[in-house]
Amino acid sequence: MAEVVSMADIEATAQRHGIDLSSVDLDSIRLPPGEDFGIKSDDDEDLHQEDPLEFEAGFGNIIVVDNLPVVPPEKFEKLEGVIRKIYSQIGVIREGGLWMPVNPETRKTLGYCFIEYSTPQEAELAREKTNGYKLDKSHIFAVNLFDDFEKYMNIPDEWTPAEIKPYTPGENLQQWLTDEKARDQFVIRAGTFTEVFWNDPRQLMPDLVYRRQYWTESFVQWSPLGTYLATVHRQGAAVWGGATTFNRLMRFAHPQVKLIDFSPGEKYLVTYSSHEPSNPRDTHRVILNIFDVRTGKVMRDFKGNADEFTTGGSGGVSGVSWPIFRWAGGREDKYFARIGKNVISVYETETFTLIDKKSLKVENVVDFNWSPTDPIIALFVPELGGGNQPARVSLVQIPGKEELRQKNLFSVSDCKMYWQSNGEYLAVKVDRYTKTKKSTYTGFELFRIKERDIPIEVLELDNKNDKIVAFAWEPKGHRFAVIHGDSPRPDISFYSVRTAHHTGRVSKLATLKGKQANALYWSPAGRFIVLAGLKGFNGQLEFYNVDELETMATGEHFMATDIEWDPTGRYVATSVTSVHEMENGFHIWSFNGKLLYRIPKDHFYQFLWRPRPPSLLSAEKEDEIAKNLKKYSKKYEAEDQDVSLQLSEQDRKKRKMLQEEWDAWVSKWKQLHEEERELRVQLRDGEASDGEEEYEAKEVEVEEVLEVQEEVVAFDLD
Amino acid sequence: MRPILMKGHERPLTFLKYNREGDLLFSCAKDHTPTVWFADNGERLGTYRGHNGAVWCCDVSHDSGLLITGSADQSVKLWNVQTGAQLYTFNFGSPARAVDFSVGDKLAVITTDPFMGLPSTIQVKQIARDPSEQTSESVLTIKGPQGRINRAVWGPLNKTIISAGEDAVVRIWDSETGQLLKESDKETGHQKTVTSLSKSADGSHFLTGSLDKSAKLWDIRTLTLIKTYVTERPVNACAISPLLDHVVMGGGQEASHVTTTDRRAGKFEAKFFHKILQEEIGGVKGHFGPINALAFNPDGRSFSSGGEDGYVRLHHFDPEYFNIKM
Repeated sequence: MAEVVSMADIEATAQRHGIDLSSVDLDSIRLPPGEDFGIKSDDDEDLHQEDPLEFEAGFGNIIVVDNLPVVPPEKFEKLEGVIRKIYSQIGVIREGGLWMPVNPETRKTLGYCFIEYSTPQEAELAREKTNGYKLDKSHIFAVNLFDDFEKYMNIPDEWTPAEIKPYTPGENLQQWLTDEKARDQFVIRAGTFTEVFWNDPRQLMPDLVYRRQYWTESFVQWSPLGTYLATVHRQGAAVWGGATTFNRLMRFAHPQVKLIDFSPGEKYLVTYSSHEPSNPRDTHRVILNIFDVRTGKVMRDFKGNADEFTTGGSGGVSGVSWPIFRWAGGREDKYFARIGKNVISVYETETFTLIDKKSLKVENVVDFNWSPTDPIIALFVPELGGGNQPARVSLVQIPGKEELRQKNLFSVSDCKMYWQSNGEYLAVKVDRYTKTKKSTYTGFELFRIKERDIPIEVLELDNKNDKIVAFAWEPKGHRFAVIHGDSPRPDISFYSVRTAHHTGRVSKLATLKGKQANALYWSPAGRFIVLAGLKGFNGQLEFYNVDELETMATGEHFMATDIEWDPTGRYVATSVTSVHEMENGFHIWSFNGKLLYRIPKDHFYQFLWRPRPPSLLSAEKEDEIAKNLKKYSKKYEAEDQDVSLQLSEQDRKKRKMLQEEWDAWVSKWKQLHEEERELRVQLRDGEASDGEEEYEAKEVEVEEVLEVQEEVVAFDLD
Repeated sequence: MRPILMKGHERPLTFLKYNREGDLLFSCAKDHTPTVWFADNGERLGTYRGHNGAVWCCDVSHDSGLLITGSADQSVKLWNVQTGAQLYTFNFGSPARAVDFSVGDKLAVITTDPFMGLPSTIQVKQIARDPSEQTSESVLTIKGPQGRINRAVWGPLNKTIISAGEDAVVRIWDSETGQLLKESDKETGHQKTVTSLSKSADGSHFLTGSLDKSAKLWDIRTLTLIKTYVTERPVNACAISPLLDHVVMGGGQEASHVTTTDRRAGKFEAKFFHKILQEEIGGVKGHFGPINALAFNPDGRSFSSGGEDGYVRLHHFDPEYFNIKM
């Protein structure tokens, strides 16, 4: 940093040189270019520090077309015309961007030409479309990118065996799971900083793990098992991880990547970008890459017009619904699928090709969902032909593609599918028209996937005209919660699909009347649920225990926009992100609704708990632990106590130190103050009091004569 | 105790000042009349009529005889506290923002806003014992800082002047020569406009409040940053308790946003912090607009706050306040 020159110094200098500063317009002074008189400008420095613009390796937008006819000069113009016609259909050829070299001796063309487009995307498209183009029988175009040429030229002619790198053991990427205090991590993005913290509820504050400015250009995302943190940049995506800090593990080149998605077993990463077409009449071009996360290899890429990737089939819903590729459940990452017009294309990851080389044909399919655990697809087809052909929901087994179960539904307006997290139950919310077709009402179809023949049960709410605001399954459980009724004060009902007598009937557990809630957040461990009133309800929170059917606590995080449970179900984070101008920051609550700590952060964008892989304990073992909880919890209770004692000890020390520091400072000041007393008294013309002199408050009685009256009083002298 | 609501101003409050004994409270507001109140029961004693614009700041002499007020009508006036008579008017070419009497009341420092091409200035005027001998000449004029200078006060023994304002820098000037002695660091100092500055009772340190949502405590001689207090809202006003190790900060979201959001979002609270531990102690709610002015009674047993809502609230502390243990 250059030395700061203060105004006063400048004035002093100006005076020495006899310059009247007020007559000089400082802004009009221009230093000669390249000469700064040793005064560094802040602006310059900033410019230098910024990364130099990355130019494309050079000629990314140039293609080389080979196998052209060799023509004499007379036919040169004709050939050029033909080529221009072919290639200007694909994109905008730069002015003077078509160059066909000529042999100077024979004056014939050399049989190839260069074409420069205005963007690399166009060049890429031209290569794709015209490589192998048949001009006539003997002239089949061979089109390459100019950059590729160089690449191919650089390949040595002789084969040398690849060097085998010695194996270096990597870091333990799951080190965070071995934290002694069994804490969880989360990442937040605020301002230009991205920070990873431990949630330390014992200390009532977060504990910084890693922070970095400009870590990502749009957002960050954890992989589903928490191993990696993905960042998104202009050039592509990157994943980060490590034992104690965050190192870049892999980069995935994908220019202008917009969206990313991990497969559930985090083996693969799907990246997505859409590009503005050069011709405004065209639709956007979409590029999808599927990378192997560990090797960074592109396993498969998909390119095409945006139309081909929009879901919604005949519905004509434009725009892409993310993720385009939906992964089958489980950690094997075996299948992924996307919806197209009248088809569902299911791919498998061994070869990255369609299963049986063809898509699953389903007329007019509009939506599908994988079971979270099994390779089963639930799909929905709306009504056709004005109700002649009923709507249907069916379950299809992959890879066999056999239909496991199907249900026809009549006079349906819309359908939504909700899987329970273990894949045991599927709830289908069906909106049906009333007889007059003027309004709709809602019912549920419940599929019991794991039972024989997959029985279906119909559930209607007590008041079937109630609007459904939200629906959520208990994770790993058998219960679900529904918010229904009219907004200001809807009701919330809890149902169970498993009853004591195993009658296979859905039973209602309870209804809470008139709650200010519009969103449901189950604990990942089940049993507890946060009934939240976001948006219009300004962040009302109710922590509810579904086992006991009682409210544990209510709270409020004013203006809260997002709520997320930690992966263990011990803590809840509520946050206000920058959709609101004010109140930005997050609160951490315990599962039973006790506010633990609050962190305000301006320009707060994201809060994400680091996910954990599923527990390695078997269900029996977990039950056993739950039974003997007392035995295990003793150890932790002792630890808790230690921590709180230690904390208060630390606190006391810190406070004492601060106090001593202050006292030292004050005594130093007092001494100086004392020395200056004389001078101060002088300034006050001898009057000593500036609060430092002792003075006593005396009570002074002042008698004031209000009125004097004379009266003759009769005496009896006798 | 229940706060005493003092209704007398018709526009937002700008400044509050107790006299040395703590029996009188002077209030300035954007309506043109500074007002004096009994600091004990909130009874209005009188007003000082004569200004023709918002009054930004005031100070009262050691003997509570003389009041100085700075106003947006481009004048600074001297008043007889007891009679309310106007004694003298200093005229400037731009609005006067801050006023402060020196130790001994022989000098006053006045800041003026940048206006119609004129830069902001800090000026020192001699204050005559006898008002009839008062002259308008400036003993010293300092120019240099960009933007408004929101506060300027005297340092120890009147040797220095401390100023702070829109450029977020706190500066110490030599009061004799006008030379810049010290400047706060850009890194550790305030990031946004400094809105308020108040000295401790013994004059050893001072507190600055800023729109960067923090208040900072500085050594008055060395300009060393001693403490920082962080809140959730821009700080418009701050004060140091003369009795306990407490500081109080007031503010709230900008007035222009108030109508568009919930009342609870405003956080129009006076927040108490422990001066040494920098920990929040508590808050006093009540205003329904941002707090613009705060002052402690010199005995430290009561404080008053003035808000954008036009009210002055006078709070006498409950006995529990004096038993707060940190």
